Parts: sequence; structure tokens; C-alpha cells
Amino acid sequence: MTKQEALFTYTLRLADNALILGHRLSEWSSYAPILEEDLALTNIALDLIGRAQALYKYAAQIEGKGRTEDDIVYKRVERKYLNVLLLEQSNGDFAMTIARQIFNSAYELQLFEALSKSKNETLASLAVKCLKEVKYHWRHAYDWLQRLGDGTEESHSRMQKGIDDLWMFTGEMFEIDEVETMLIEEGIAVDNSSLYQKWNVVVTDAITNATLTRPTDGYMQTGGRKGVHTENLGFILAELQYLPRAYPDATW
Amino acid sequence: MTDSKDTQWPLWEVFIQANPGIPHKHAGSVHASDKEMALTNARDVYTRRKEGTSIWVVPSNNVVASNPDDSDMLFDPANDKIYRHPTFYIMPEGAEAI
Repeated sequence: MTKQEALFTYTLRLADNALILGHRLSEWSSYAPILEEDLALTNIALDLIGRAQALYKYAAQIEGKGRTEDDIVYKRVERKYLNVLLLEQSNGDFAMTIARQIFNSAYELQLFEALSKSKNETLASLAVKCLKEVKYHWRHAYDWLQRLGDGTEESHSRMQKGIDDLWMFTGEMFEIDEVETMLIEEGIAVDNSSLYQKWNVVVTDAITNATLTRPTDGYMQTGGRKGVHTENLGFILAELQYLPRAYPDATW
Repeated sequence: MTDSKDTQWPLWEVFIQANPGIPHKHAGSVHASDKEMALTNARDVYTRRKEGTSIWVVPSNNVVASNPDDSDMLFDPANDKIYRHPTFYIMPEGAEAI
């Protein structure tokens, strides 16, 4: 693997994470509990899709084979998608969506803080912009976690279930492989494993403040970063890619 | 219990300041269960297109409003006081911004 290939894969992983979560959150459009929350979730989705677009553009540039960001998104099969499994999980109820937001936003806070010091200027400047957005995503999720956890008996039990059901997907965020290892040496990539300790403190505090229980660590799911996905991603791509696959190069 | 048909969370009035130093202007309202949510909802509903640099939210039931029935008494008397408008001064030449 060359450094260029490693940088391409690293950027693609960041981009796929943003796109897939952005798509999931966009599914709340017109279904959120109230109008204001509908706008909040779709705002966050737009932040993520905007981030994805910038990253895909950069990935295409690194690759240098003349593909556009649309080619990468619409003409790529499931096994070539590199997002973590957590982000492709279905929305479930509102509490489960908030649990996913808590786990991912807490991770991204650390990630983009660290990536903003990357020696790669493109990634560093993108990270600075993302960090501002993610601070708000975290605030949004944190407030809801407190309200639902410390709310009614039903909201408490739903919030606990959301946390419990998704916990086994949190481990994958902190994995590193030869792609990161190569780039960490260059001062470009972030060492995901170094983010765990602070993530664990922040998330555990948020959960216990909300009168909920942090699950005990057990078996952790893995595979998304290598292209091995749960059944959920196929359904996302079927919807996302339907139009460009049925009508290649359609314009409006 | 009131017999209000509004089954949503309490209503909050939203005031947005477009630029530093200028007054906060009423932008509309949001529903929210607490003040933090009112602030974030106001941010999401009313500042998505860079409309603001600052937000105030106020519980709608804390706003004291004049009664439309009092309009005659409150506002009509100002109708014929044209001398209260500063339109009788001669503008100095070149002072376009006054």
C-alpha cells in the first residue's frame, strides 16, 4: 500500500461515515416528534452530507483517476463502503437515534479536535469546520439524553434500550489498521485508539447523569471499516443509488 | 386545566439579533419543554441561513400584550400629532445620513 492509497482509504472512511449517518438522519425528515426537532435532525444531516461532499471531492483528487464525488457515492458497491457499522444501524425509535448521536458525536469531538492538528492541510482545515458543527451535534444529543433518561418511566426505558442495543457497535470506532498506522507515522491520521479513554469518560458521565446505566463491555461488532456490513447498508444504498443506477447520468 | 387545543410543549417567542450592536427583533415562536430546548430549537428554526449573531427566547405567556379593543385609546390619538415627526427641520447640506 502506498501512502497515496492509505490517504485515499482514510479520507473515504471519514466521508462514508458522514454520508451514511447523514442519510440515516435525513430519514427523520417529516417523521420527527415535533416540527422543531424535524429541522434540528435534518440540519445535522445537512452538516454531515456537506462534510461528506467535501471529503469525497478530496478523495477523488487523491485518487486522481478522474472520478467525481458523485461517481464515488452512486457507483460504488456495498463491499467498497467503509463506514463503521454503528452509523448504518436503522433509526429505531427517537431514543435509539439519540443513543447513536451520543456515541458518534462524543467520538467525533475527539476525532476532529485531533485531526485539526494534522499535517495534512486539507484534512486539518476541514476538521476545524467540522468541530464547530459537532459541538452542536453533541449538545443536541446530550440535552435529549438527559431529558429522556430523566423523564418518564417510558422515556427512561426506551433510552436505556437504545444505549444497550447499540453498545456493541461502539468498539469499532476505536480500531486502527495498516491504513491509519502508515498515516499516523506521518502525522496525518488520528490514532483512533488514543481517543477511547476520553470518549469513555465523557459518554459514561453523560449516561449516568441521565440516571441511566452504562452497559458492561462485551463482544464488539466489527467489519464496516473493511467493507463487511450489516444488512442495513444494502437497504440504504438501494434507496440512495436507485435513481443514478436506473437512469445513468440523469440531470434535472 | 385550560381547554387550550394546543397539545404541544409550551410556546416561546424568539428574538434574533442580526448583527452585533443592533436590537433583537422578533422572529417568530417555537415549542419547547425547557429553556435549553427553546434556545436550540430557535437556533435550528430561525438561524439556518446565517440570520443571527444572538438569540433571546422568552416564554410566550410572559409577554404582556395590549388589548386590540384598546387600539382606539392607545394609538389613534397619535394620528393628528404630525408635529411629533422630525420632518420640520431643514437638513444641512451634505448631511445625507441624518
